[in-house]
Amino acid sequence: MRKFFVQFKRELAFYFRNPLGYILLFCHLFVVGFNFHFSVSALNMTTSRINLLEAFFNTVLFWFPFILIVPIITMRLFSEEYKLGTIELLLTSPIRDIEIILSKYLAACSFFVILWMPSGFYFLLFWIYTGIKPAEAPGAFVGAYTMLMLQGFFYISIGLLSSIITRNQIVAATLAFVFICCVFFIGLITYLIPNPSVELRDLTSYFSAIEHMADFSKGYFNTRPILFYISSILFVLYFCFHLFQTRRLI
Amino acid sequence: MIYVRDLVKRFGSKEAICGISFEVQKGEIVGFLGPNGAGKTTTMRILAGYLSPTAGQITVAGYDIFRQSLQARERIGYLPENVPLYPEMRVREYLSYRASLKGVRRKKIRERVNEVVEICGLTEVEKRVIGTISKGYRQRVGFADAIVHLPDLLILDEPTIGLDPNQIRQVRELILNLSKHHTILLSTHILSEVEMTCARVIILNQGKIAAVDTPERLRSRFRSTAAIILEIQIQNVKNLEKTLEKISFIDSFQVSEIPGNWLRVTIHVSNYDDIKEVCAILGKICLEEKWIIRHLSNQNVSLEELFNRITNLKV
Repeated sequence: MRKFFVQFKRELAFYFRNPLGYILLFCHLFVVGFNFHFSVSALNMTTSRINLLEAFFNTVLFWFPFILIVPIITMRLFSEEYKLGTIELLLTSPIRDIEIILSKYLAACSFFVILWMPSGFYFLLFWIYTGIKPAEAPGAFVGAYTMLMLQGFFYISIGLLSSIITRNQIVAATLAFVFICCVFFIGLITYLIPNPSVELRDLTSYFSAIEHMADFSKGYFNTRPILFYISSILFVLYFCFHLFQTRRLI
Repeated sequence: MIYVRDLVKRFGSKEAICGISFEVQKGEIVGFLGPNGAGKTTTMRILAGYLSPTAGQITVAGYDIFRQSLQARERIGYLPENVPLYPEMRVREYLSYRASLKGVRRKKIRERVNEVVEICGLTEVEKRVIGTISKGYRQRVGFADAIVHLPDLLILDEPTIGLDPNQIRQVRELILNLSKHHTILLSTHILSEVEMTCARVIILNQGKIAAVDTPERLRSRFRSTAAIILEIQIQNVKNLEKTLEKISFIDSFQVSEIPGNWLRVTIHVSNYDDIKEVCAILGKICLEEKWIIRHLSNQNVSLEELFNRITNLKV
């Protein structure tokens, strides 16, 4: 376990040892800040009864950077090790393959959490300055952020898989982006098909990230999406582990 | 320390290693020699636990490299070819990280890092970012990394490749110093390095072992090429020829003229062990006959020549 923490520490520290982490933090803060401003402005101009939290987590300005940022976080995880040859150092060190995979995955997840942490302060500041609650109940916050993390962690596992596949970081990022888009757009298929059947709508809604977020940001807790994301994460990580071992055996 | 039996490694349909077997005893320095593509790096990567063998049995320090991989890896210090390092880390920070990863106890990390920084001459650059240090220092960081957890076995894949002559000398000295505490298996293209550092040589060719022996014994196996070179100034060549024919140890000789009225005589001796004896006899005759000598030496077969001969043989 100690070796896992040593590797995890190194992986997380990587983001803060070079410009990538700071550029990502800056850009993310900027886009998320702009999204917050946009959400507040939009609510000022409408009579709709949705609250700020719902508005914030259900705009294009939220989804676009959300999907785009994950491949940038994950592209280096294994690709860089393969490219620099440092994978040879790692694989000849007395650390288990599963520890390597989990340390990298959890470091990327931790960085993702760090990226989103400042957004919580926006709502706090809004509340302090306007006296208006950003959401009806605290449960909506828990729901929205739980869903945000679950979706983010799932997409990170996909990014990790892409990074194992190739030694080229750009290819890894592109692959991750394509895979994530595939998963994301399954939920939108019914919007593209005229007169979709009820069964198809039910099926796609099971995968729909937008619907999951819309429900959770209202404070509706549903165990189905939670189980879906947890099982998907475990499945992708399991696949990552076997793919990683296969690369070693070849 | 290392026990390899019938090791086979295939990459697709290509067989990179075709059933090699060898052993390395504790405290030995063994050199892996061979042309490019002979299977040196592949063998070392398998020994270090980076690649898995297609077939065969390998134990390092008593641990099976496949079944007890973690225990075996704890006892190996590996320096890969081209020394991959994390360029964004500082030297000391990197060594501390590697020490922790290799299981050095938390309290001992600082002490071990200080020691390896000292041994590998990294004091000047210990606070610098790895990406900014020279190739020579990078090599030393690689060495420091390999020995930081006090491994029983050091596997060094081409440790002097790409270094300048001064750096090569320093690395060679470092290897010799390390050999006091570690068993070393190193691969190289530079044969003089093997002669200077290794007690035993394993010559690999086309994935098979072509020869295993000490550098001296390998040379004596090919002693037929050993010869004496004599450069002499003499009026009557026939007189010289008659004298040489009388010496029973001499197998054959050739006389050729070289500029400045000198003669070069290449003398082949039937028995390698008699070379020094023949040199002494020749010196004595020249003194007695008052022939002027400017050169008398026994020409040892170089390891380069041996290497060429062995790797060109059909395995």
